[in-house]
Amino acid sequence: MKNIIETKQLKKEYRLGNVIVHALRGIDLTIKEGEFAAIMGASGSGKSTLMNLLGCLDQSTSGEYFLDGCLVNRMSRNEYARIRNEKIGFVFQGFNLLSRTSIVENVELPLVYDHSERIKDSQAAAVEALSHVGLGDRLDHEPNQLSGGQQQRVAIARALVNNPAMILADEPTGNLDSKTSVDVMALFQQLNDQGITIILVTHEPDIALYAKRIVEMKDGLIICDMKIKNRKNAKDDLKALNNAEVSSVVEIVERNDAHKKRY
Amino acid sequence: MLIKKGIKGKNMRAFKKILKTALRSILRNRMRSMLTALGIIIGVSAVIIMVAIGRGSAQKIQNDINSLGTNLITVSPGAARSGGVSQGSGSINRFTFRDVEKIKKEAVFIKGVSPVVRVAVQVIGDGKNWSTSIYGVSTDYFNIRKWEVENGGELFTERDVIANKKVALIGKTVADNLFPSGSAVGKQIRIRNSPFKVIGVLKSKGQGGMMDQDDIILAPSTTVFYRLKGGEFIDMINVSAISEDKVDNAQKEIEVLMRESHRLGQTEENDFSIRTQAEMLETISSVTAVVTLLLASIAGVSLLVGGIGIMNIMLVSVTERTREIGIRMSVGARGSDILIQFLTEAAVLSISAGIIGILLSVSVIVFINSLTTLSASMSVDIVLIAFLFSGAIGIFFGFYPARKAAAMNPIDALRYE
Repeated sequence: MKNIIETKQLKKEYRLGNVIVHALRGIDLTIKEGEFAAIMGASGSGKSTLMNLLGCLDQSTSGEYFLDGCLVNRMSRNEYARIRNEKIGFVFQGFNLLSRTSIVENVELPLVYDHSERIKDSQAAAVEALSHVGLGDRLDHEPNQLSGGQQQRVAIARALVNNPAMILADEPTGNLDSKTSVDVMALFQQLNDQGITIILVTHEPDIALYAKRIVEMKDGLIICDMKIKNRKNAKDDLKALNNAEVSSVVEIVERNDAHKKRY
Repeated sequence: MLIKKGIKGKNMRAFKKILKTALRSILRNRMRSMLTALGIIIGVSAVIIMVAIGRGSAQKIQNDINSLGTNLITVSPGAARSGGVSQGSGSINRFTFRDVEKIKKEAVFIKGVSPVVRVAVQVIGDGKNWSTSIYGVSTDYFNIRKWEVENGGELFTERDVIANKKVALIGKTVADNLFPSGSAVGKQIRIRNSPFKVIGVLKSKGQGGMMDQDDIILAPSTTVFYRLKGGEFIDMINVSAISEDKVDNAQKEIEVLMRESHRLGQTEENDFSIRTQAEMLETISSVTAVVTLLLASIAGVSLLVGGIGIMNIMLVSVTERTREIGIRMSVGARGSDILIQFLTEAAVLSISAGIIGILLSVSVIVFINSLTTLSASMSVDIVLIAFLFSGAIGIFFGFYPARKAAAMNPIDALRYE
């Protein structure tokens, strides 16, 4: 398996007035193709900074970063844009879909900015990606007509449409209720089973346990990096949740009947 | 070839997408877009209307001058000098019928020459009276000044001139005032106790600048000179050149002949001045051009203000859509993609405003022409210039906001609430 991500002593410093903030103090991280890694950490641990660097949204102060075999340090803004377009699919906490724009067009968006000519028919590709996440029947809907979980699925379809080297998901379940979160994680697990590399940034341990590997950060350093032995299966959890829901409704009706009989 | 075509198709699709996005965001804020466009609409239509009125007036004046005859050369008495002090035009007058005869005989570049003897008179006819000017002229004058008579009348002839006949051609205004009902032809009018027979009514020429060209009586030069004017000299000589491009030759020729006739020495200045219609036209067109430019630049200021309105609203739009810019950048939009997107939006806004402005100005110009005495002339070039200019304004004033959008940092843009 080849390395999708390889960083060597990646550092990032910010300047706040006269104070230099060391957000990352030297990260050595390797993620191979087909992995599903969760990056965890409290706020201020540097996980967002790392995610920005891995996503080519920001430049490191020092160190090396190889993405899909290419060194991507110190590139121009345009080259970064090209790499984001071709190698990375983003999924954000707030979905970040274009409002009042149909979901097909939303998913097509990365292809509009793709100058590589890899994909000829962008609309067909967008429709295919939407079918892949189970929204093939709502192509003309606009984001505000969909539930939160469905919107996140659209965002995932958008991340998939360009056949990226990896999906970078930043707190993808942060705005979702617990059941929908499991639903979205089931989709991520399904995609990972199909061979797509996923990096998940989260602060919720429940969610991180759906990944295959956990990387924990603190104060700009990796303090723990381990495989998850008893990984949670989102599909099973979803079934259990659905059953629990049904039984609770039955329970409510029975209790109501019992209450009525008494009088 | 195939590859090239493919790229072209892709670019076309990309352009369509950009255009679609631009239209969508303009239509999303209908009221705001309309108010912004209003600035450009008013500016564009003001420029077109002002230029149209300027040009229309210039054309009207030129037509009036041309109706006097394009080959016309006017020889009038020049300024006398006594001891180096000019006494102003007309201060000496030595024109005689001999000058006219000399030009008529010796000049080759002229078609016709006529003396003009002008007398202000009170004319009585049919119990009414009217104050006007009588012009004593030769038969060439009709051709030089393009005078014709209305049906039922006739022009006077060479023989009438030689015989000092008391015949008169009266202008439309004079005819309307003296003979409001019925034909004037054949009637008698009295000028300073001399009876004149009206042999024709001149066809109307209309208003010439400030003057009523039809308030005139034409009579043989000899009759007017000997019976009404008195004195030795005639007022003016009118000449027409054989063609428009020979006007300059004719002018030079007349100068030489007049100097000869007046026996002026080598060092003496002309005691007459020669003016051509072309010179008058030039003077007037330069005046109207300045006026038009002035009007257009005042209107142009409103166009500029409209452009600033566009810049203002584009800045608001960029701030509002910071998050959208972040999303686009995160999926791979380059700075130039964002720049083009916002520039297109500004250009679409201002060009559609320009088109509405053109339509508005067309209807206003039709209105002006049909309901007021002003004349406005619409021309394709100014419409084209206004159209291109409105597009250029959109791009010029849209550039700063668009560049601001393109320079955004994707992380900050994504985080913007």
